Amino acid sequence: MRRFLFPMGAIVGVGLAVVAVTSIAFPAEQQILPIGLPDLPIHLRRDALSNVFLFLLGAASAGVSIFGAGYFRAGEGTAPGLLCLQYHLFLASMAFVLLADDAYGFMVSWEMMALSSYFLVTTQHRIPEIRSAGFLYLLIAHLGAIAILLSFGVMQGGSWKFTFDAMRSATLAPTWAAAAFSLALFGFGAKAGLVPLHVWLPEAHPAAPSPVSALLSGVMLKTALYGVLRVAFDLLGHPVWWWGLIPLVLGLFTAIYGVVFAAAQTDMKRLLAFSSIENIGILFTGVGLAVVFSGVGMTTPAALALIAVLYHAINHAFMKSLLFLGTGSVLHATGERNLGRLGGLIHRMPWVAWLTLIGALAIAGLPPLNGFVSEWLLLQAFLSAHEVPRAFVNMLLPLGAAVIALAAALAAYVMVKFYGVVFLGRPREAALAQAHDAGWLERAGLLWLAAGCVTLGLMPTQVISLLAVVPKQLGIVDSFPTTSSWWHLVPVSGREAAYAPLVFLLAILTTIAITVLLVSVFYHRRIRRAAPWDCGFARLDARMQDTAEGFGQPIRHIFLQFFDMQRELPTPFDRAPQYRVVIGDRFWRTIYLRLAQWVQRVAEAVAWLQQGRIATYLLYSFVTLLVLLGLVL
Amino acid sequence: MTSLPWLTQMLEVLAALAAAPLFVGWINQCRAWLQNKSAPPLLQPYRAIRKLFHKDAVLATNASPLFRIAPYVVFGAMVCAAAVIPSLGTRLPFSDAADAIALVGLFATARVFMSLAAMDVGTAFGTLGARREMLVGFLAEPALLMVIFLASLIATSTALPAISEGLATRALGLYPSLAFTGVAFLLVLLAENARIPVDNPATHLELTMIHEAMLLEYSARHLALMEWAAALKLFNYACIGFALFLPWGTVTGAAPSPTTLLVSIPVLGTKLLGAGAVLALIETVSAKLRIFRAPEFLATAFLFAVLGLLVHLLLGA
Repeated sequence: MRRFLFPMGAIVGVGLAVVAVTSIAFPAEQQILPIGLPDLPIHLRRDALSNVFLFLLGAASAGVSIFGAGYFRAGEGTAPGLLCLQYHLFLASMAFVLLADDAYGFMVSWEMMALSSYFLVTTQHRIPEIRSAGFLYLLIAHLGAIAILLSFGVMQGGSWKFTFDAMRSATLAPTWAAAAFSLALFGFGAKAGLVPLHVWLPEAHPAAPSPVSALLSGVMLKTALYGVLRVAFDLLGHPVWWWGLIPLVLGLFTAIYGVVFAAAQTDMKRLLAFSSIENIGILFTGVGLAVVFSGVGMTTPAALALIAVLYHAINHAFMKSLLFLGTGSVLHATGERNLGRLGGLIHRMPWVAWLTLIGALAIAGLPPLNGFVSEWLLLQAFLSAHEVPRAFVNMLLPLGAAVIALAAALAAYVMVKFYGVVFLGRPREAALAQAHDAGWLERAGLLWLAAGCVTLGLMPTQVISLLAVVPKQLGIVDSFPTTSSWWHLVPVSGREAAYAPLVFLLAILTTIAITVLLVSVFYHRRIRRAAPWDCGFARLDARMQDTAEGFGQPIRHIFLQFFDMQRELPTPFDRAPQYRVVIGDRFWRTIYLRLAQWVQRVAEAVAWLQQGRIATYLLYSFVTLLVLLGLVL
Repeated sequence: MTSLPWLTQMLEVLAALAAAPLFVGWINQCRAWLQNKSAPPLLQPYRAIRKLFHKDAVLATNASPLFRIAPYVVFGAMVCAAAVIPSLGTRLPFSDAADAIALVGLFATARVFMSLAAMDVGTAFGTLGARREMLVGFLAEPALLMVIFLASLIATSTALPAISEGLATRALGLYPSLAFTGVAFLLVLLAENARIPVDNPATHLELTMIHEAMLLEYSARHLALMEWAAALKLFNYACIGFALFLPWGTVTGAAPSPTTLLVSIPVLGTKLLGAGAVLALIETVSAKLRIFRAPEFLATAFLFAVLGLLVHLLLGA
């Protein structure tokens, strides 16, 4: 049955994506569904912003669903039938989050999304770690949901109507508007994994089965981004410029934090989860930049930053899903998630290896793939940052570009580590020789996502001309120049910044072809196979390769302050030397554990109320009754 | 003359291909002189490449196709980079395809492929080299981007030819921002091209190698391409430096004449001679750093670049 239902879901996803793309330039359309509580129907609305995210949802989930058809099998945690239901409920609730046009509908679908994903995360609920990861996820998701609810409460502005239309027309005092923005940022930031609200992400995302991890990282995080954009640019209307500094600074910190931790991981799915945190950081940086620009009236840079954000969101959906699915195939083929027990899989699983390579290169931000385009756009947006007419801010903002550059360069480091350790080199365990390549459904899913990465990378002008509708419809910019020479960011003398990936790719391919041709014509193509040389060392074995820990060591050394690290080093006299390093999150100890202790203490202080004797409880009831009577009379 | 830009473009790529090993040879010669050694012939790098092309390629038994593709990708990336950088002229047809940020991306692509190839055979030295190369790379790349960022701010464009032209037509004078970024760029150039404070191109000790350690498993034509690509990379970085800090003497303007193109070739040659001598001098007077001093070295480069940016934003100079 799953062989039928998952592909059906994929077809629906493709349909959704096609509808979203073809109708992106249409004016917003509204619809009222007569379901829900009496007098509280669900309002739906589809505009350009929703369409972009619906495309993301449909297109990325199509690949994941096809992969899922071949991936899920009985005997691993939740029964496949139930899992299939939860999976599609999750997808549907995400679609409704993107369509909702009132706080009621939004919160209901938001909660549905949180709950269905909770059950998906805890698929393997017999493992205690996964249960506690799921609980942490549920807890922080609900803290965030409360903040979002409060934000809606502020935004209705005394009209007590909770449709988004009412919020758009409400006029808020500046303080209240700032409060609404901060609450929304907290709420959606918790869902997105913005530092310091990120602690659940590296626990929950790897715990889920790989297709679900792909959806969580690739798609669900983007619904939080959608929420922030919806609140900042649509519901609140015109954001004040300094609001943008908060997501900007948090985003930059998140980007570095995420990628530094990714470099230190030894579990391939945790590594990818931390890389998602990095990308969320990049996205929120872009959001902050867009808010700052639009707040000071720099419309074209604001639109550019927003387009960069949307583009990167779509890109990340494709590449992160692709990578997570790749780890899923590896996991099924080998049963290993630990990087220290993998290696050399490019020989055993060529399909997975080569398709994953595309995702790894894309997420490392290398041209001509898609990750480069959105980072390029963001850097171009940063180039206008010095024109912000606010003293000192205009000097500090360009430094953000440096942080983004560092994060992108570190992402390349992380991806070389990930890909090199998993797929290249020699197998680190004997059992890896039995690894098999993915089935045809899994391959199809990977192929779909890899094709997406390549297409999005090679056709940026077309994608941008579609995305440019969003800032226009949100009133950020009157018209965004979307001709072929639209990248006149600071048009002087007609010599502009330009990037033409197709020409770029063709040039490289031509050069390579000519080189191959010339070498084989003038010289020869003879090849001899021999044992690896390794400077004449004959007894090379797989344990001598660099490990994931080794690859992370320079990063741990350089970014020492980021880590909460405990090391046990062997002494020279140890008979059985052991090296152990445990890397913790500083935020976990300094914020979360203290908060938990504080909650515990408050709970203990209140606990004396519970005496455990019926007479005391009757007394409480009696006193309460008296107080209430006193109030009423 | 509508064909002149194309001619410049062709000439530039060919000049880069031909002159890159020569540039390396020149540096080696200068260094030998400075160190009171008898210098190898100027054409030694060509002989080495020629010899390697004639040999049979020996591949490790467990080398994957990625290992064989990588030299071509790295070489192709470096040739394309040479086509973007305005070494002879600034009106380059191909430069519209990639601006300075894309150029940095191109270098990153080459680096990632080289590192992946180094990890492919699974030797201890290869993975070690790959890790160190990526370490140097992620430290150097932001500094380089900041240098380019500042130049883009000054020239209000991220296209390298436009930057070069914008800088060349400014009033002559000492610009403190450019001085700071010039230092930053020099440090990045040394680090990215495996020159002495960070890596030693002449080392025979595998444990201290970065670049060479990644090439240990390569032989014959693959090694030749990798060596040639490394020479091209050094040549490209030198030309980026010229475009940013010595942007005079290239073919510029809307109506260039063939004579300026003829003049630009010896001008480039002179710049390269000077740059090679300076590089050799730096390599002679400095010692190699421990690998964990490399971050400090590159953090200095990054700070200089940021300082240049701040100076520019504060003083507008």
